[in-house]
Amino acid sequence: MKHIILASLLAGAMALPAYATDYTLMAPAAPGGGWDQTARSLQTALQQEGISKNVQVINVPGAGGTIGLAQFASQQKGKANALIVGGYVMVGAILTNKAPVTLKDVTPIARLTGENEAIVVPASSPLKSVADLVAALKKDPGSVSWGGGSAGGVDHIAAGLIAKAAGVDPTKINYIAFSGGGEALAAILGSQVTVGISGYGEFESQIKSGTLRLLATSGDTRIPGTEAPTLKEAGLDVSVQNWRMVAAAPGLTAEQKAAVTADVQKLVTSKTWQETLKTKGWQDTYLSGAAFEAQLAKDISATETILKDIGLVK
Amino acid sequence: MSTFEFLLQGLVIAAQPMNLFYALIGVTLGTAVGVLPGIGPALTVALLLPVTYQLDPAGSLIMFAGIYYGGMYGGSTTSILLNTPGESASIVTALEGNKMARAGRGGPALATAAIGSFVAGLLATIGLAFIAPFIVKLALVFGPREYFALMVLAFVTVSSAFGDSTLRGLTALFIGLALSTIGIDQLTGQTRLAFGVPDLLDGIEVTTLAVAMFAIGETLFIAAQGVKGPDKVEAVKGSVWMNRADWARSWKPWLRGTVIGFPIGAMPAGGAEIGTFLSYAAEKRLSKHPEEFGHGAIEGVAGPEAANNASAAGTLVPLLTLGLPTTATAAIMLAGFQQYGLQPGPLLFATNPQLVWGLIASLLIANFMLLVLNLPLIGLWVRLLTIPKPWLYAGILLFATLGTIGANPSVFELGMLLAFGILGYVMRVFGYPIAPVVVGLILGPLAEQQLRRALAISQGDFSVLFTSPIAAGLLIVAALALIVPLILRARGRGEVLSQMAANED
Repeated sequence: MKHIILASLLAGAMALPAYATDYTLMAPAAPGGGWDQTARSLQTALQQEGISKNVQVINVPGAGGTIGLAQFASQQKGKANALIVGGYVMVGAILTNKAPVTLKDVTPIARLTGENEAIVVPASSPLKSVADLVAALKKDPGSVSWGGGSAGGVDHIAAGLIAKAAGVDPTKINYIAFSGGGEALAAILGSQVTVGISGYGEFESQIKSGTLRLLATSGDTRIPGTEAPTLKEAGLDVSVQNWRMVAAAPGLTAEQKAAVTADVQKLVTSKTWQETLKTKGWQDTYLSGAAFEAQLAKDISATETILKDIGLVK
Repeated sequence: MSTFEFLLQGLVIAAQPMNLFYALIGVTLGTAVGVLPGIGPALTVALLLPVTYQLDPAGSLIMFAGIYYGGMYGGSTTSILLNTPGESASIVTALEGNKMARAGRGGPALATAAIGSFVAGLLATIGLAFIAPFIVKLALVFGPREYFALMVLAFVTVSSAFGDSTLRGLTALFIGLALSTIGIDQLTGQTRLAFGVPDLLDGIEVTTLAVAMFAIGETLFIAAQGVKGPDKVEAVKGSVWMNRADWARSWKPWLRGTVIGFPIGAMPAGGAEIGTFLSYAAEKRLSKHPEEFGHGAIEGVAGPEAANNASAAGTLVPLLTLGLPTTATAAIMLAGFQQYGLQPGPLLFATNPQLVWGLIASLLIANFMLLVLNLPLIGLWVRLLTIPKPWLYAGILLFATLGTIGANPSVFELGMLLAFGILGYVMRVFGYPIAPVVVGLILGPLAEQQLRRALAISQGDFSVLFTSPIAAGLLIVAALALIVPLILRARGRGEVLSQMAANED
């Protein structure tokens, strides 16, 4: 009995705030991951800055966010107070899973954050620079094993882009997918794989303590406080960032869309959000409106090309 | 300062009245969510992150520690009483624990789980304090091939440990393995056996399968028996507390469970479940009463529960020393650290010793509080079993359904819950063990991925599987576990049987 009373109390407590909610924010992932953290940081900032009185976060995990996306597009249609967090990983997942619901079925509002990829090797590795890595790749692409996050994700894509830029057949890369940058980190530290590739944040403390050597980062500019070159500086024409965005429900009027965009704009310039970016180590890559839509279309087609090159999408 | 002084200093921080209060809130909340399936410790910590933003770092981390340990405690309660494992690490507890509860020994089952958790939590937390840096070095030696060898060992020991018939056990295991291939293949990103259903892309959720097979299957089975079924479950037979024999049979499994659970929890790809499986298999093999297994053997509760809690402490080893979260709860605790601008990792022990030792000390305190909170509750919990059967099982159904929707709000998930419930019922009717299905679902993908990773790294050379000393050692142990019983059997069944008869005094 106690259980049931407790359960209904809890269910009641979770349902209650719904009446006062200004925004319902979907994190299409399990608690703990990047999207969940983005959603919960947005929640805190929106509430603390008084942009929204009450923000509710729901987690709908699964399949690179495509399950949450499908549910969001069908259930929230036309609701101006519904938001979903997404990002580059979702773009790849939609393509590899041939998802029926795509980013075209929601209303993208703005890109919020970006994180550079880091290419690292264990401190004991003979590879000292990007040039060494390229030489090893050219000699025998299969002998260089890459440890990173899930197959078809941004880590895999970046590895494919590097191989392609180095003039190596991207289908030949020996990419070992782990369930996330964290599990990959263990394999890299244990010298189980040759190179590690994932978000800079996953490796930061290891790089600082000297157990991992940073070969390069994938953004257009160097990461402050590090000495490693960008891939472009190292002679590979690759620039890729793992970005995260926020989108609204489909079927909004122009006024509704403008109102949401204005709220998000207010959010990104707020002190709370800027503080959050600093503590989380996220780069501010805010982009909205037509410019964001154009960039999104460009990212989608570029991703499709490289996924075809790697052989993940036919 | 020495480790010991740091720990004392940590205890002083954690023992401040306000921090004790946070720890109390944490363990109470943690126990509550551990009891409710669907709302796990990960979600609770995530929900509380914005609230704890106002607190100082020590206070909030102490609260998280309480929730984390509390969740591990709470999960065993529903497993034992209702056969409804709230999280995957307490599946094994349900096997023997629920049988004990139904034989009127729910009290001792809950007590051995609680005290075992305390002992394991205590030892493992002390282990965390003193040998974390060494354990983590050992854990890093484990690459894909070593993990694969560990999985092989787990398969061999587990398939012989569950159920009475090896053939039936293996059949059930392979159903689980088949189910585990559903979804996106992690190494290539291609979908397998999803038949275009988006909900299947991530595979089958372990807790959904476990709750369906255990709780729903059981309910159907009881309902199908109608009025003919065994009349009444005796809620309490004998004392609610553990008697002398219970103690004598529990303390070794607690220690063994700790020794098995802690290092496996500390491995980046270990996880809490494997430790509980291995502990169960070990206890069955070492027990003086192997015939009681499957009918409520107290060792089968004591060992896995200790392993489960020891691995919870083990999980903090990679989190604190490498900044590597290996469970969802650890990932959110990492986010909690970052909220205060702290980056867990090799430097954390050097840059923020007060905080780390405060956390470790608060784990010790949370562990003690849980024992104080839970032991008196046992008398109350077992009363749950006196509820008339129709009400109790209706409650279990509601509870299982609510938990599944709570974890994943989807109609398809609910359909799967029912479908697997029917599968569980059918298997029960035909006398197949249930647990190996769940074991197959958990271990299958791990074994497959690690094998394929190992082969990818070696570019298809199978010899790598045996060239690492650890992997080779584990495979030899697995082979022995498989062959020795066969030889014993071949050398004369009569001899062994007569020995067993002689042992029965």
